Amino acid sequence: MEVRLEHLTKIFPARDKKSSEVIAVNDFDFTIPEGKLIGLLGPSGCGKSTVLYMICGLEKPTSGKIYFGEDDVTDIPSEKRGAGLVFQNYALYPHLTVRQNITFPLENLKGAEKLTKEQRNQKAEEAAKLVQIDGLMDRKPGEMSGGQQQRVAIARALVKMPKVLLMDEPLSNLDARLRLQTREEIKRIQQATGITTIFVTHDQEEAMSISDYIVVMKDGIFQQMDEPQKVYDDPVNLFVAKFLGTPAINVFEASVKDKKLYIGEDQVLGNVNIKDGPVWCGIRPEGFILKDDGALKCSLTGVNVMGRDTSIVSTNPNMTGINIRSIISAEDLKLNSKDSVRFDIKRSKTLLFDKDSEVRIYYD
Amino acid sequence: MTKSGVRKEGIKGTLTGWLYLLPALAFLGFFMIYPLIDVFIYSFEEGFNSASQTYFGIGTYNYRYVLRDPYFLQAVKNTFILVIITVPVSTILSLLISLALNSIEKLKKLFQTIYFLPYVTNTLAVGLVFMILFQKTPYTDGLVNIVIKAFGMTPVDFIEGPYWAKMLVLCVYVIWIVMPFKILILTSALASVNPIYYKAARIDGTSKPRIFFKITLPMISPIIFYLVITGFIGAFKAYSDAVAIFGTDLNASGMNTIVGYVYDMLYGDGGGYPSYASAAAIILFAIVLTITVINLIVRNRTAIEE
Repeated sequence: MEVRLEHLTKIFPARDKKSSEVIAVNDFDFTIPEGKLIGLLGPSGCGKSTVLYMICGLEKPTSGKIYFGEDDVTDIPSEKRGAGLVFQNYALYPHLTVRQNITFPLENLKGAEKLTKEQRNQKAEEAAKLVQIDGLMDRKPGEMSGGQQQRVAIARALVKMPKVLLMDEPLSNLDARLRLQTREEIKRIQQATGITTIFVTHDQEEAMSISDYIVVMKDGIFQQMDEPQKVYDDPVNLFVAKFLGTPAINVFEASVKDKKLYIGEDQVLGNVNIKDGPVWCGIRPEGFILKDDGALKCSLTGVNVMGRDTSIVSTNPNMTGINIRSIISAEDLKLNSKDSVRFDIKRSKTLLFDKDSEVRIYYD
Repeated sequence: MTKSGVRKEGIKGTLTGWLYLLPALAFLGFFMIYPLIDVFIYSFEEGFNSASQTYFGIGTYNYRYVLRDPYFLQAVKNTFILVIITVPVSTILSLLISLALNSIEKLKKLFQTIYFLPYVTNTLAVGLVFMILFQKTPYTDGLVNIVIKAFGMTPVDFIEGPYWAKMLVLCVYVIWIVMPFKILILTSALASVNPIYYKAARIDGTSKPRIFFKITLPMISPIIFYLVITGFIGAFKAYSDAVAIFGTDLNASGMNTIVGYVYDMLYGDGGGYPSYASAAAIILFAIVLTITVINLIVRNRTAIEE
């Protein structure tokens, strides 16, 4: 089921005279294609969960419309929308067994949809098998690990075959190893069921690794929606560029003069077809080439070897942030000096942004 | 050597532990355990005289006497009726009021305070108010009777009239006295249920009654169980409530309770019988113990079934 948001806005009124109203979601307007896995990405407190709660009906939008396919569901109560929600802390009923938890939504069905006990059990078994917890049906949530509880929560959301599956920070309560494993699992379950799935996360790596599309938002405002690699390669503004990628993009105060890009005194790129003036220059960590006569002069702080990557940590008077992180393959690593280092930079990994609006400037 | 060292430290550690416990243990021993044993012994000493500290012999005569005493049997009957009626009624009413309190937004604090006020009000003052409400005097029929008359029914003397009328007043009084505490406990228990469960239930289209019976009730069941147990024990020990309404001569009005009987045997008009009082006290102890054990067994069984 395709999910379409039209000018969706949520304003939380001021709680008392001292505080002011909060615009949690501001004029969201995009379409989530059918059968895809979408990562809703943004820093903490940017309104991601509010978007999710509006889609499933727990929060009422201040204005705007929500469509499931062709149906306007904005005023339809949550139980009739057919959305499944997996909560951040799972919200499994602690006094019920796994089986009872999974069959709980089915027992609410009334009238023509009503199922017999055998049918309910069979559906629960199917859902449990899908998330691979079919051997734990008689346990209580308290007797299971975080990862297993997460699977139960997904099974409970899936059992009534929702049109849309929503997940609120599904991996944030898991440890690092389990997180890697579970995110593959989510991808597999989504592909197996083909249900349009939207998950919320503040972890860009998580969103990049499993989503078909990612939606980046900031302070309640939609920034960009595209395939993960495209958003990484082609961000629309400085915020998106900074938010995606580890290590983060290195941002310099730069200027353009006579179609040449300068960082301080160093001319790093030529053939820059924009008007003269100051710009923000972002260079991805993999955009640096170590070279004895490189254009960009930096002072060397240290070399970090982390697994297969070697990163050179250096500083430059025109950088923003605390240092410059560049990733160099280990074979290329030849440092001649202990306190200075020089780089050439790759044109494709260098992004320019307007100094005031921070909007991307294309310079080819 | 290391082994003995560890052992020495173990003994020392235990000693320190006991030393910390000593004040509490001494207190409990002196004021709880010793009197309990003493009462147990008195209850078997026939014709004990506390002035001369003498008795005739040892046996079960005190128990036989007490169990044949019509005043005691009346007291047991009264106490049981009181327990059976007030504990469930007050618990269910408190739960309903707490649910209502929990669902209102405005003036919640005000209503919570109003419902808690009886708890900090003196029992005898409440008794006085009940007298005014229910008592029939040469001057007035009492407020309740005026209402009854307004509906065209015959007024009843609730304080000195028929047994069921007096029992009704006592039950209403006890329920009214114990509810504030239960409401307080249940309101906080309801508030402590994580709202995320209600959100999850809402998305799944769970009906309100089902949310209450399948989610709310199981989650606060330990608290309800606690209230029922303490309610049983409290109602079995009722005494001041009856005094507040019917005065000190409870045997005459036929509204005595077991604790009232024990008191009368010790200090009342027919007092001076510590042996009978002890026997009655031990019987009450046995009853309360039995009920509590039954409660625990029921609780454990339902916990397994859940």
